[in-house]
Amino acid sequence: MEVENPYEVRLEIFEGPMDLLIHLIRKNEVDIFDIPISKITDQYLSYIEMMKSLNINLAGEFFVMAATLMHIKSRMLIPSDESEDEEDPRQEIVRPLIEYMKIKEVSVELLKREILERDVFHRPLYEPDEYSEYQKEPVVEASLFQLIDAFQKIIEEKRISKGISIQIHRWSLNERIEEVLEELKRKERLRFKELFKKDMGLSFIIVTFLAILELINRHKIKAYQRDPDSDIEIYYSR
Amino acid sequence: MKRLYDHIPLRFIIEALLFVSHRPLSAEQIGSILPDVDIKDIRLSLKTLFHEYEAMGRSFRLKEVAGGYQFTTRPQFAAYILRMLKKAPTRFSSATMETLAIIAYRQPITRQEIEEIRGVDVGGILRNLLEKDLIRITGRKKVPGRPLLYGTTKRFLEVFNLKDLASLPKLKEIREILGKKGSFKEEDLQKSLFDGDESDKDK
Repeated sequence: MEVENPYEVRLEIFEGPMDLLIHLIRKNEVDIFDIPISKITDQYLSYIEMMKSLNINLAGEFFVMAATLMHIKSRMLIPSDESEDEEDPRQEIVRPLIEYMKIKEVSVELLKREILERDVFHRPLYEPDEYSEYQKEPVVEASLFQLIDAFQKIIEEKRISKGISIQIHRWSLNERIEEVLEELKRKERLRFKELFKKDMGLSFIIVTFLAILELINRHKIKAYQRDPDSDIEIYYSR
Repeated sequence: MKRLYDHIPLRFIIEALLFVSHRPLSAEQIGSILPDVDIKDIRLSLKTLFHEYEAMGRSFRLKEVAGGYQFTTRPQFAAYILRMLKKAPTRFSSATMETLAIIAYRQPITRQEIEEIRGVDVGGILRNLLEKDLIRITGRKKVPGRPLLYGTTKRFLEVFNLKDLASLPKLKEIREILGKKGSFKEEDLQKSLFDGDESDKDK
């Protein structure tokens, strides 16, 4: 889940219409209090066009903003009455933009602080209610891809921590299936990771993974994940 | 009851409590454990301990955070600790960070109000922040629909090394952000977006 592909990163820069607007304002080096609305609107729309032609789905908010920009643009074209006190139509986007830029700035600043479990640590480490998590009902069944992801993470962790020993010993898949089933029968549910806890080398890890897949296939166990970032939990299903 | 700590300096007792506690301890909490000690003496001992550890310059120090005191390691040891724990450092995406900042500065605030500032849906991020115990539901706004209000938690103060909400960095004026040429730097933004792996550690 930590792996980001370049497209997602690019999208995150313009996660919303505000990000895109700030980007355009900065790129054109214009004064935020005197935005050349027609130029910015055109560029904004052409970005949306580009995304559309790439078949990238944009969130609805992008189109709402497009409509707002076009509305402001049209209001700017109408010569204002003699009354001076009429508000600049651009205020409608300038005010939220400023608010958002302040937040962006300060969120970068907050990230520079000494952050717990990144820069500084205390003991014992905070585990947000390891056990109470079990009480909550699982939401979705984990897909095969999520299982493979979790499996890769385990291999990765073992490799970094001590290197994986390739042992000659061959684990029997059928035996391991029985073991996993037994363990789950006893404990009802386990974290995916816990099934790999014993440090018995690469073939053990692989056989365990295959055993899990086989048991899921036979509907003996179920894999659940509450959300894409949480651990997969394996349940014994009767 | 006989006072057990007659011959032991008060600050050593407090030090022992701090050593074991996994949450920051406030003078009041310590006071509830040592009921016949004047709270002023506890505060004084905490300050003394704080300065003693600063002076010693060890790998950990006594930090004043989230309304209490807590022993934490110094940042230059993060890389080694993470290696031992086999953990990736805590990370926040810019979307998460912005949402959290809006809540921190504008609390109590509704989801809709957050979305007005960010211009995008924040439902998933809120759920994630709730799960990480960085925000909490503080009540309901007294407007039609009675939407939920969100605020930050004590855990938020701990994670961001803040004594209290008043110690949040001041929001800059927009002139200040735009003023110095390029002060609202693209690189900073990029950094917060992409930084990730190792680069955090040398902070």
